[in-house]
Amino acid sequence: MKFFPLILANLFRKKLRTTLTVGSFAVALFLFGLLAAIRASFNQGVNIAGADRLVVINKVSIIQPLPIADRDHILRIPGVKNITFDIWFGGVYQDPKNFFPQFAIDTANQRIVFPELHVPDDQWKAFLGDREGAIVGASTAKRFGWKIGDRIPLQAPIYGGTWEFNIDGIYTGTPQASDLTQFWLHYDYLDERRQFGKGMIGWYTVKMDSPDDATRVAAAIDSMFANSPYETKTETEKAMAGSFVKQFGNIEFLILAIGGVVFFTLLLVTGNTMAIAVRERLGELAVFKAIGFSDRFVSLFVLGESLLISLLGGIIGLALCKLAMPGIGDALRGMLPFIALPVSTLAVGLGVAIAVGLLAGILPATSAMRLRVVDALRRV
Amino acid sequence: MVRVDGNGKTDSLIQVRGLDKTYRRGGEEIHVLQGLNLDVEKGDFVAFMGPSGSGKTTLLNLLGGLDVPSRGSITVAGDEITHMSGNKLTHWRARHVGFIFQMYNLIPVLTAFQNIELPLLLTKLSKSERRQHVETALSIVGLADRAHHYPRQLSGGQEQRVAIARALIADPTFLLCDEPTGDLDRKSADEILNLLTRLSTEFSKTILMVTHDPMAAERAQATLHLNKGVLVEGAHAGGPA
Ligand SMILES: Nc1ncnc2c1ncn2[C@@H]1O[C@H](COP(=O)(O)OP(=O)(O)OP(=O)(O)O)[C@@H](O)[C@H]1O
Ligand SMILES: [Mg+2]
Repeated sequence: MKFFPLILANLFRKKLRTTLTVGSFAVALFLFGLLAAIRASFNQGVNIAGADRLVVINKVSIIQPLPIADRDHILRIPGVKNITFDIWFGGVYQDPKNFFPQFAIDTANQRIVFPELHVPDDQWKAFLGDREGAIVGASTAKRFGWKIGDRIPLQAPIYGGTWEFNIDGIYTGTPQASDLTQFWLHYDYLDERRQFGKGMIGWYTVKMDSPDDATRVAAAIDSMFANSPYETKTETEKAMAGSFVKQFGNIEFLILAIGGVVFFTLLLVTGNTMAIAVRERLGELAVFKAIGFSDRFVSLFVLGESLLISLLGGIIGLALCKLAMPGIGDALRGMLPFIALPVSTLAVGLGVAIAVGLLAGILPATSAMRLRVVDALRRV
Repeated sequence: MVRVDGNGKTDSLIQVRGLDKTYRRGGEEIHVLQGLNLDVEKGDFVAFMGPSGSGKTTLLNLLGGLDVPSRGSITVAGDEITHMSGNKLTHWRARHVGFIFQMYNLIPVLTAFQNIELPLLLTKLSKSERRQHVETALSIVGLADRAHHYPRQLSGGQEQRVAIARALIADPTFLLCDEPTGDLDRKSADEILNLLTRLSTEFSKTILMVTHDPMAAERAQATLHLNKGVLVEGAHAGGPA
């Protein structure tokens, strides 16, 4: 492309201005990447959720418990294949910043209902035989450098005192599809040792014969406990994950709003820069036309410059974001287990940068196209 | 042989007949050119003189296809340019016209080499062919050692020589110079005039030059004066009559 050096040369005309404009693109695209990664990590939880699983929680809120006795009633409903339950332990490892979710689990059914979270058989056996045993997700184990056989103390603000656990196993799964940050302990041990709330659990997870039964089974469960002291609310795991995300407010809207404002500002900044760049260069553009460059060429020339700036800034911003992802992931570890910058986001980001570059260039390019040589040369 | 009476040979290179140019400013009409005739033959070197505002630049712009007349016709090498559409006119300019301006009008972010190469980017020449042409043009204007200098690193006279090289590079049918020495000291101006004279005598270039400088006009084969919208012949200075 023999015309490329002409466009490139213009970037070096006002180095500070070019740097600032490219810089605003880089900052905006960095922010875009970050927001998109956060959004993707929230939705990841929703997307991986099993389609054939229902979650039964207390109708008041997920924090309110349910009686363990409900289990047998639910199991009797047609279409229910299996059931397990969890309860939040809420322990603190050394410092509250080291957050990771801990669940007291129903060891009898855990592996049947959550087959995608894989524990080697020998480790599982060791866990079953160890009252103070624990199974930890691979990413949390890696985060704290825990190995099998380690003894881990957790402060228990809910149940009081310090509880010590032996790491008997490490569960794995595909990192994109599974939450590998959880820490499991025996429900029986918790129930035996705690001073209150005995016989209560946090929520049930129901495995159905078929995902098609979800609506009917959910309705059956909820009507079964209607007007009891522990009314339930049953949703698919996916809907549950979605409403969990909603607890953070409308994340999607927030991200779109912030992103929209950022890109609109970027559009104005770049549009203004390009307008100035063209205005102070009318004489030169007229010379191009006098020499025999067409109106269309001159306008593409201006558009090309705008595009080059946006591409350059976009690539820098997204590359920095990609590089920063592991660091951001570490900083947020436990809160957003799936944070990562997917390739599709990079593509969308570049697409948006190009679109802003083109939009910002359109008006200046049009005025460059309409420029009359004689008028411009008279002004010089 | 240059004529202004509208009776030139039918095959002269440039034929201007009954050229009018009227500008409208507010409600008022300014008749700058009124029934102007001109015949220029291949190889002629013509100087145009006239007071400021007499319409010299207007005439050059019309001859160079940068503007359209209110009435009349301009025919160059058999092509009537006054009826060409914008795009066709642009192509025509690239093929036939080399412009040289008073303020040089080089592109400041491009080197001398790149400035001179610009018109060749519109041709099908390969990169190495373009390089050859540019190097030849640089040596004709005596700037072979300044190829990679930027305009701000050159003197005014050198800038204008780069501009002349740029105007020459695509071998246009004629050169249009609007006060090419207007911004230069005597010595640099003389260098530019020597160069233009050489282009006329050695390379048989057809040159139309607007100037306020009688010494510049002397270099041309004919000097025409713009007066009340038409051209009148002035004193001949040097060259064949
Ligand atoms: N676009 C325009 N609109 C209105 N009037 C114009 C326009 N362009 C030129 N004129 C007028 O036409 C007249 C001739 O202008 P022109 O520039 O051709 O003169 P000139 O002979 O080149 O003068 P100078 O020696 O100062 O360069 C002037 O009165 C000028 O004001
Ligand atoms: Mg003038």
